[in-house]
Amino acid sequence: MRNRLWLWVPLALFAFFAGLAAYMLTQPKDQFVQSAMIGQPLPDFALPPAFTGLPGASKADLADGRPRLLNIWASWCLPCIAEAPQLEALQKQGVEIVGIAIRDRPEDVANFLAKHGNPYTRIGSDRISEVQLALGSSGVPETFVIDGKGIIRHQHIGDIRPEDVPKLIAELEKAR
Amino acid sequence: MIRGLIALVLVLIALPALAQDSMPPAPYAYNQLADPRLEAEASALMHTLRCIKCQSQSIADSDAPMAGDMRHQVRSRILAGESPEQVRRWLIDRYGDYVSYEPEVSATTWPLFAIPVLLILAALAVLLRRLGRRRGAGEGEAA
Amino acid sequence: MIAEIGLAALWLAAALAVLQLVSGAFALKAVDGQVNPLAIYARPAAVTQALLAALAFAMLLWAFATTDLSIKLVATNSHSMKPLVYKLTGTWGNHEGSMLLWVGVLALSGGLLAGFERRLPERTMGATLAVQGFVALGFYAFLLLSSNPFERLPAPAAEGNGLNPLLQDIGLAIHPPTLYAGYVGLSVAFSLAMGALLTREVTPAFARVMRPWVLGAWVLLTLGITAGSYWAYYELGWGGWWFWDPVENASLMPWLAATALLHSVSVLAARDALRTWTIMLGVLAFSMSMLGTFLVRSGVLTSVHAFAVDPERGAFILALLGIYIGGAFAIFALRAGAVAEGKRFAAVSREGALVFNNVMLSGILAIVLLGTLYPLLTEAFDVRVSVGPPYFNPASAIFAIPMLLVMAVGPLLRWKSDNPGRLRMELVIIGALMVGVIVAVSIVGQYPLLPLLGLGLAPALAVAAVLPLKGRKLARVPVATWGMVVAHFGIAVALFGMACEGAFSRERLAAVAPGGTERIGDFAVTLESVTPVAGPNWTAIEARLAVREGGGAPVILTPQARSFWSPQQSTSESALLTRWNGQLYAVIGNQAEDGRWQLRIWWKPFVTFIWYGGILVALGGVLAIAGRVRVDVRRRLASTKGDRRRADVEALGRPAPVPAE
Repeated sequence: MRNRLWLWVPLALFAFFAGLAAYMLTQPKDQFVQSAMIGQPLPDFALPPAFTGLPGASKADLADGRPRLLNIWASWCLPCIAEAPQLEALQKQGVEIVGIAIRDRPEDVANFLAKHGNPYTRIGSDRISEVQLALGSSGVPETFVIDGKGIIRHQHIGDIRPEDVPKLIAELEKAR
Repeated sequence: MIRGLIALVLVLIALPALAQDSMPPAPYAYNQLADPRLEAEASALMHTLRCIKCQSQSIADSDAPMAGDMRHQVRSRILAGESPEQVRRWLIDRYGDYVSYEPEVSATTWPLFAIPVLLILAALAVLLRRLGRRRGAGEGEAA
Repeated sequence: MIAEIGLAALWLAAALAVLQLVSGAFALKAVDGQVNPLAIYARPAAVTQALLAALAFAMLLWAFATTDLSIKLVATNSHSMKPLVYKLTGTWGNHEGSMLLWVGVLALSGGLLAGFERRLPERTMGATLAVQGFVALGFYAFLLLSSNPFERLPAPAAEGNGLNPLLQDIGLAIHPPTLYAGYVGLSVAFSLAMGALLTREVTPAFARVMRPWVLGAWVLLTLGITAGSYWAYYELGWGGWWFWDPVENASLMPWLAATALLHSVSVLAARDALRTWTIMLGVLAFSMSMLGTFLVRSGVLTSVHAFAVDPERGAFILALLGIYIGGAFAIFALRAGAVAEGKRFAAVSREGALVFNNVMLSGILAIVLLGTLYPLLTEAFDVRVSVGPPYFNPASAIFAIPMLLVMAVGPLLRWKSDNPGRLRMELVIIGALMVGVIVAVSIVGQYPLLPLLGLGLAPALAVAAVLPLKGRKLARVPVATWGMVVAHFGIAVALFGMACEGAFSRERLAAVAPGGTERIGDFAVTLESVTPVAGPNWTAIEARLAVREGGGAPVILTPQARSFWSPQQSTSESALLTRWNGQLYAVIGNQAEDGRWQLRIWWKPFVTFIWYGGILVALGGVLAIAGRVRVDVRRRLASTKGDRRRADVEALGRPAPVPAE
């Protein structure tokens, strides 16, 4: 009997799959899509104000030498309520936060800010997720660290938990 | 197809009701381009782009608001004269290969193309071994 | 009480599976020509087990029918206000219930095998039942240890959580059980293949025993996939019928393996060739079933459905997969070399064509497997990629098109060796038809390559499918041959539907004010009104669409956008207008701020042929089973009659006539 080796091929392939599957079962499931724009300059954009209280946001506002947080959020998003205290805390530590409100109405934005606090200096209104898509952001809330030259340095996906605050501060320091 | 099973798995864990906005969809989310040729291009492209939010559907098969906004981007870019491949590139530059259902040959995807070639060779080898050799061989040849 | 009876039945069934395993294994120790005294328990154990598992499933059905909210599974997945039919289908609309269904079908098929199969040598049968018991045992353990469907709540719930509205549909009443029965039917093929491999009895007789099981499983898989595809088509509201989603692929892969197995088992039965290959496919087909279960239940692949992940269950299924499939492949590697190679045949012969078909089917299977698992591999390196239709379609077509071409010719060839010149006429007809249609369609308009090839292949295949009947008395053609003809014709029909859908579909998306009219193809669709309606557990807005074809009388379509309230979810209920030559597909969307309504309308020519084709393919399988069973029964009757006559003759003291060869 020549060439019995091929009889082992199915077993070898199966063992490879089983090993891979077992490894993947132990891995935490990363369900988020990272933006591929980290390290890239911000896309050009100029958004109108999301409500009457604050000015809108454009690329130029985020490239004046100071690092900032760019917070993608919406009044209809539940985790955005959860992260509101952390944004306040960041703002109290002197961090400047620019917001982009996704698919939102002025009255809803105003209500949300009245209820949950307003940590923003500017909020642009992105009614058709245009800037969100240009940033490679896949949901709300997300927070980008932008350095003084308007380069995207870091992306935080999901709501900011209290334990994430120091990390973001550190990222802002790095971007200085 | 057996979306049934997906859905069936979905019910295992009750989903928290996902909040959604009440805004009207973007202009080109649910409206076609007037030019049928451009619309055909856009539609073919949309079927090969992954809805980032829903993640298991193409943007042409999803009611998610974000899929609508992505469709708007695709249609308005095609209308502005971009080629479908430029639009795909634009999205890949933002979301990585994940956003496109059409894998391109790259450092991470070459096996997807190399293995089929190997498969064809293997299939030919098996066929030649199984069938080719027999032509001249007699009945009595031992295995 | 109901839950406790069900649970007790399950435990008893598990105990019997152990008995079946041990007793079946003793059959291997039998001295030649004798039956081991400990081997006689395997058959009764399998039969009793089948009854117990069926009882357990019936108990769960009863609990769902009566909405027994003291049972955790019912409380989390059902609701007292649901229509009865969806209460019942809800039984398998969840993990535990569907696993119980799986185990029930497994036990039932084991019981059928043990109860009715008398043709195999006792040793092979014992080994087969031992393997079947071993497989069943693993699934009982899974059910009892990590997915108990009968778990009670400390205090009964006041009301259930309800069932995912997408599943509250009659398509779901048919689709999962059919598919499961198909998956599990392959377990019998697996057990038989292992039994034959362990006892080295890979013979045509064994193939004839295996064939109805493979055919049966394959028919069910075909129906399950067809029903699932149609369900996704009308329920998901975007007119797609196949998405190459991992979960869809999980159902396609066992079908591909079973199709290959079905053909190779026929070669083995008829010609005693392809022995190891048949065993290999028997293992492969069931491993694809289990792999599918693993992929769907563990969530490793469907990162997209990360909320459904249960790593513990995933690990359990993976362990079962490792034991059964890893074990089977290991035994295969050790034993298959000892199975003598079967009879030989020429390249141009029925066997040659079937080998080609097998290799091509395996190629498609490998492509689907690769494309489905590849994202899993890259994720291990933290890279995320998507593999979708632009990959699967062309890559599988590379193998599918040669396969279909050979499928056209193969049934015309003779067994063992044939002269291609004999078929010159047929080849010319098939080739001319294909080229002619492709040229004609290319003149009419520009279409993508794959639909164009499909359009060319479909009529050629349809004609080729009936060519084996040429020159034969139709009344005398064996039923099984009719089965093949019908199934191959069904493939042509389905291919035609797919190609037409790909090439000629029209889409119209528009915002329409009540009274407004949209045109699509020959149809004029008028939005007459939009009104709220209410169902037992949902409210909806319903559009009244008047559809006029040409100048004819209007037909009313009523697509709905439904909002279910337990659990809260919305679905779009598409409305379909079916004509012989296609379907008009309408969906109502949201209302824009200016008061207009979003309408999505498709005209999909001949799209229904996809599912008609699927049904024909399944029907072909049924005919093949019927034909084989009839022949078997006749043969059995003839041999008992012969025995009796010989006995009579002997009793009369005359020399028995020698049976004519």
